[in-house]
Amino acid sequence: MKQENKSFGRKLLENDGFQTLLASILCILGGLLVGFIVLLLIEPSGAVSSMGAVIKNFFHYPQALWFKYFGQTLVRTVPLLMCALSVLFAYKVGMFNIGAAGQYVAGACATLYFALGLKMPWIVCILAGMAAGALLGAISGALKTYCNVNVVISGIMLNWIGLYATNTILATVKNPTSPYTLPVASVNPGAVIPSLGLDKLFNEKTVTLAVPLAIIVAVLIWVVLNKTMFGYELKATGNNFNAARYAGMKENRNIILTMVIAGALAGLGAALFYLTGIEDWETTMSAVPGMGFNGIAVAFLGGLDPLGSILAAYFIQHITSGGGGVDLSYYSSQISSLISSLIIFLCAFVGFFKMFILKRIRLSDEKKAEAAKSAKGGAGK
Amino acid sequence: MDNTPYAIEMLHITKRFPGIIANDNVTIQLRRGEIHALLGENGAGKSTLMSVLFGLYQPEEGVIKKDGKEVKINNPNDANDLGIGMVHQHFKLVECFSVLDNIILGVEPTGAMGVLQKEQARQKVMALSEKYGLSVNPDALIEDISVGMQQRTEILKMLYRDNEILIFDEPTAVLTPQEIEELLHIMKNLAAEGKSILFISHKLNEIMSVADRCSILRKGKYIGTVDIAKTDKAELSRMMVGRDVEFVVQKKPPQPKDVVLDVKDMTVASKVHKNNAVKNVSFKVRAGEIVCIAGIDGNGQTELVYGISGLEPLVSGSLSLCGQDITKAPIRKRSTMGMSHIPEDRHKHGLVLDYTLEDNIVLQRYFEPEFTKSGFLRRKNIRTYAERLIEQYDVRSGQGPITIARSMSGGNQQKAIIAREIDKDPKLLIAVQPTRGLDVGAIEYIHSQIVAQRDAGKGVLLVSLELDEVMNLSDRILVMYEGELVGEFDPKTTTVEELGLYMAGGKRKEVHG
Repeated sequence: MKQENKSFGRKLLENDGFQTLLASILCILGGLLVGFIVLLLIEPSGAVSSMGAVIKNFFHYPQALWFKYFGQTLVRTVPLLMCALSVLFAYKVGMFNIGAAGQYVAGACATLYFALGLKMPWIVCILAGMAAGALLGAISGALKTYCNVNVVISGIMLNWIGLYATNTILATVKNPTSPYTLPVASVNPGAVIPSLGLDKLFNEKTVTLAVPLAIIVAVLIWVVLNKTMFGYELKATGNNFNAARYAGMKENRNIILTMVIAGALAGLGAALFYLTGIEDWETTMSAVPGMGFNGIAVAFLGGLDPLGSILAAYFIQHITSGGGGVDLSYYSSQISSLISSLIIFLCAFVGFFKMFILKRIRLSDEKKAEAAKSAKGGAGK
Repeated sequence: MDNTPYAIEMLHITKRFPGIIANDNVTIQLRRGEIHALLGENGAGKSTLMSVLFGLYQPEEGVIKKDGKEVKINNPNDANDLGIGMVHQHFKLVECFSVLDNIILGVEPTGAMGVLQKEQARQKVMALSEKYGLSVNPDALIEDISVGMQQRTEILKMLYRDNEILIFDEPTAVLTPQEIEELLHIMKNLAAEGKSILFISHKLNEIMSVADRCSILRKGKYIGTVDIAKTDKAELSRMMVGRDVEFVVQKKPPQPKDVVLDVKDMTVASKVHKNNAVKNVSFKVRAGEIVCIAGIDGNGQTELVYGISGLEPLVSGSLSLCGQDITKAPIRKRSTMGMSHIPEDRHKHGLVLDYTLEDNIVLQRYFEPEFTKSGFLRRKNIRTYAERLIEQYDVRSGQGPITIARSMSGGNQQKAIIAREIDKDPKLLIAVQPTRGLDVGAIEYIHSQIVAQRDAGKGVLLVSLELDEVMNLSDRILVMYEGELVGEFDPKTTTVEELGLYMAGGKRKEVHG
């Protein structure tokens, strides 16, 4: 069968990357639709304007504030992207890093303690955050290689251990009159990540170097996974542990190293977030922040590709921030979380939609073949 | 319905895949009560044809008839309803279930409220087992029983479902010589009881001894159907490969030189039981000779190779490669020192199945400066190198170097591994079951490569369960039984019968290796 007469559109449709993109878009549309239906069910009159607010996010505000809110969305995208990278990096090596949430918490803990308690400069605080995340990752990795404990199990355990340890430690640097930690910017201005003029561009002081840094890290992870010998070894280990061993790779070291890097990425996410001063840590928190878990959705929505994750992370944060614009005269205040979580939930269906697309392609092929056959038969008579 | 002698007919089947015609106007007619062999090299289209019969693929052209009536098979359930059953090459059994539970899985007899009624199932299974001589222990767990008994469980599964058309997909690939003998006997029994059997194989001896007729496929095309009584191995292989095939490996007398591998009192622990799998084994392999470890599967050969290649640590003893001690050397060190290893299980160890062919071809060398520069893979060099090996070793695949290894046929996967290991220019080549599950064309090629390595002055350690291969290829034979070497033989002066006696533990003598 010759294939050269295929149309450009058809070739595009058969491209794996394009299929992923298409599936991701389908997921997003599905999520928005379900969210809209839920709004309609609760209170039809406010549904259209509220959904509009979710989609519009910062466009919802007066034009003068667009850049400011856009900047805030970007700042909040950074930790989400880092958690997504953490999840996908481990996933490429065959592990499901549900512990990204705990590694993120540990990162926040070390970062804030170094900033508020030890009054260290920002770069040291970032490194401390990464190290703390990496440590938690290393524990999961070591448990996996030496005791054959599934990283999902150890990850979930460590999420809770991490959360309560963090609350305890950060209670020493909290505001005496509130459950929140002291603001980084006023206690130790040197710990705030420099913004190099980005704050002026966006007219929002929390926009810092963290944003471009996050994109650089995503590109770096892409390069490591796809272009380097290290990535080749890691993916081989993930795909076939025995073959990696047979080929003389240090397979146990690779597993632990992967978890260390995944943990460091999540920890970096926390550092890049809390060192902007946009939010303080609440030491009475009784649930692990959703960042690590949302990172899972982002990683899959982004087609398990570091570059795709950049777009996916931004989108998820866009609608999450947009959720703040839901009209509260119609709905209770939790509705924005509900809408964004519905969309995030639907984002887990990328694989499903991809299968759906493949099936449609096959069916249309068969139909065409059938048609061609009957046409041939007709001509023959 | 009885105006046709055929139980199932596949007429003029054509199935295309992008870039390839897997079946091109293929016709197979299976008579009632006959054993019909389907012969073809790897990638000839046998599996595709069976998938069409099972409703996994829809053919573009052609019809399937059951008892003379045209039928449409859209999915495996349709095939099952038509009484078609199959024993797959890789068994589809639930490891932690008993034999009986596996047999009734999916068609469990239930009483009121869905309570299982195993007693009547057990009686039916035992009756079938007796009738066809398929001895199984219905209460044993699959993970505890031998491969042969697992296969008998698969056969009972088909019989329990009252299947009339039985397909055996390369059933002997995983069996010991004794088990093969038994299976062929069972197949004859089944045919005598009126079952129709489609026997997919590329082992000519087995086809000659058990089949009534044989249909041959080559590169997707239907070559013909012959009566086994009126043909011979040479004709069959000519039809399959398209040229004459040498059955006896041509080789010059060996010229053993320096010792390449020296194994002293090696003991390796077993993963399965508390005893050692390899006990105090000592032997030497010299440059320019092929030493073969013969034995029935599961007598410590796997662990012996794990010990030598470094996949398992030694309990005691020592190893040296070209005079250097490697007892504690890591796997990578052994490899760079000149040890190549064609592993027993190409899917478990030999390949990263989701990697491309080119990435698999550099699996043992990716870290060399030629392929990696300051941590970055040199994709261009990898591609060039892979293309050379693909060309030189005739590795066939859909998309060349970027083919995903998983999508390649078993024979070509094996060829890729052999290309990789031989091209490393090793001093010692360890080949474990290198021709397992391959067709005669590929076997001939791999045997000639192994002999070429010997003639190039390399030491070859061959582990094989196929006595034909052992007798044909080796310069020296060591027989392994229950983890020990129990005899050393010269293939020119020994017989298969004598080897068999030692392999079964009936006799032993001192081995100096």
